[in-house]
Amino acid sequence: MNALTAAASPDWAIDAEGLRCLLGGRTVVDGLDLRIASGQFVGVFGANGAGKTTLLRALLGLVPVQAQRLRLLGAEGVSRRTQVGYVAQRDPVGADSFLRVRSFVAAAWQGERWGLGWSQAAQRNLAVDRALRALEIGDLAERGMDTLSGGQRQRVRIAQALVNPVRMLLLDEPLSNLDPQAQQRILLTARRLCSEQGITVLMTAHDINPLLPHMDRVLYLAEGRGRLGTVDEVVNGPALSALYGVPMAVARDAGYVFIHPAHGFMAEGAAHCCDPDHAASHREGA
Amino acid sequence: MILGLEYGFMRHAFVAGSAIAVLGAAVGYFITLRRQAFAAHALSHVGFAGAAGAILLGASAYLGLFTFTLASALGLALTAGRLRERDVGIGMVLMFALGLGVLFLNLYTANAQSAMSILFGSIVGVTAAQAGLSLAVCLAGLAALAVMYRPLCFASFNPEGAQARGVNTRRLDLLFLLLVAVTVAIAVPVIGALLIFALLIGPAATAQALSRSVGGGMVLSMALGLIVTWSGLAAAYTIGYPASTWIATLSFAAYALALLWRSRRHAVVAE
Repeated sequence: MNALTAAASPDWAIDAEGLRCLLGGRTVVDGLDLRIASGQFVGVFGANGAGKTTLLRALLGLVPVQAQRLRLLGAEGVSRRTQVGYVAQRDPVGADSFLRVRSFVAAAWQGERWGLGWSQAAQRNLAVDRALRALEIGDLAERGMDTLSGGQRQRVRIAQALVNPVRMLLLDEPLSNLDPQAQQRILLTARRLCSEQGITVLMTAHDINPLLPHMDRVLYLAEGRGRLGTVDEVVNGPALSALYGVPMAVARDAGYVFIHPAHGFMAEGAAHCCDPDHAASHREGA
Repeated sequence: MILGLEYGFMRHAFVAGSAIAVLGAAVGYFITLRRQAFAAHALSHVGFAGAAGAILLGASAYLGLFTFTLASALGLALTAGRLRERDVGIGMVLMFALGLGVLFLNLYTANAQSAMSILFGSIVGVTAAQAGLSLAVCLAGLAALAVMYRPLCFASFNPEGAQARGVNTRRLDLLFLLLVAVTVAIAVPVIGALLIFALLIGPAATAQALSRSVGGGMVLSMALGLIVTWSGLAAAYTIGYPASTWIATLSFAAYALALLWRSRRHAVVAE
């Protein structure tokens, strides 16, 4: 068996070469090679607009994608997207506020099928219980959605994505606006889903540090390109400099990493944040 | 016999009112969930213009109602993806429809009563044919809602998640708006274009204040719709005053009481 046939083996959750994602006619990600093994926890990083969300949505078939080779969960293209759970960055505000948690999670169960689904109520309840247990929120089942904290709400949303049987979970910035403790709970849950249920998790985030102890691989997106590897392979000066096209440096201190441009902050960024005259003229113009 | 059911017009009012109450409450549950109350409001005014136009041409008001509401629902659904500010688009359609309605009424000056009955309804003026049509549309509408129940639930709470699992949310949006259009078309001549929220939004909003589950809330919404309609008709028969006024008042009172109950319950939970 040579390397080529091994590459096509179903052990890869995502096996892609030359991935190209389009958003509104604009190429956001181009020439991306991805090989993510089943059951891995992958952190996806990059600046705003680097294509993190677009990549996740492309894997779900929600935005156009081209590739020389693309296999998702062992099948050609994105046909197995129904085995992928997705938690978007935002959801419609207030639509669910009156519901109890159990009903909110149940609303997604086999939601792609027509009909009332009354005959499968028992199955649905089992699926909801299982999803709530997986997120350790069985005690929240009867609570109202409007009574949850931000961290609890995020866990309920992930439970909804898990209520249908899935082999992969795409979490788009699930840690934003959460306190460190709530972030840890989500990360530990994601880690547990990987190791205990073999679910592949892709999680986008802005701060790499909370994910460092938990993730298997890092995917860094910048300037339409991407680099996948272990933390040591990707999060270092030379690799990030090649990715960003400007010299980048990585400082490590007490287990934390700080990524910054090698020669201080970039001039154009500095003009916006630090030059008081410039900032004042912006305010006057507004 | 109680409530004047020995009279044909009261029996027709009960049949048509009940049919519209049940379908309006069920469809209205998802209208409030999806925050499409304004679209429903606009469709009722489009229906008014359609009915006025049909009367002007000497055709059945229903012909104008169904034509106008279905065409508008189609237009709203097809432009939804492109219109950044959907409310503005709906407002434009609403404004244009009312302008047309005024023109039709202006041209047809023979009978001002017909305009009043479209705007405020004439539940006790329902004919046997109207009652039959309302009942048939109610049953067909409930069947259609049952078919799209699961995707509609999913897409209403989590549109992107639903899309990702293969729900065609744009097609679903179109189907649902067409269902709203049909509901509005049978409701306008009975409860009136201006009072349609009494059966379309009132019971559903009350149910959402009282019930924390979707299935239970929908059943409660339909029950409330029936109670409001039957009580309104009974009050109009025994006490007097228009049935539409009673139904609107009871719908409002139920909603106000539900909000009061919910705020009290929240206060208890917070203690």
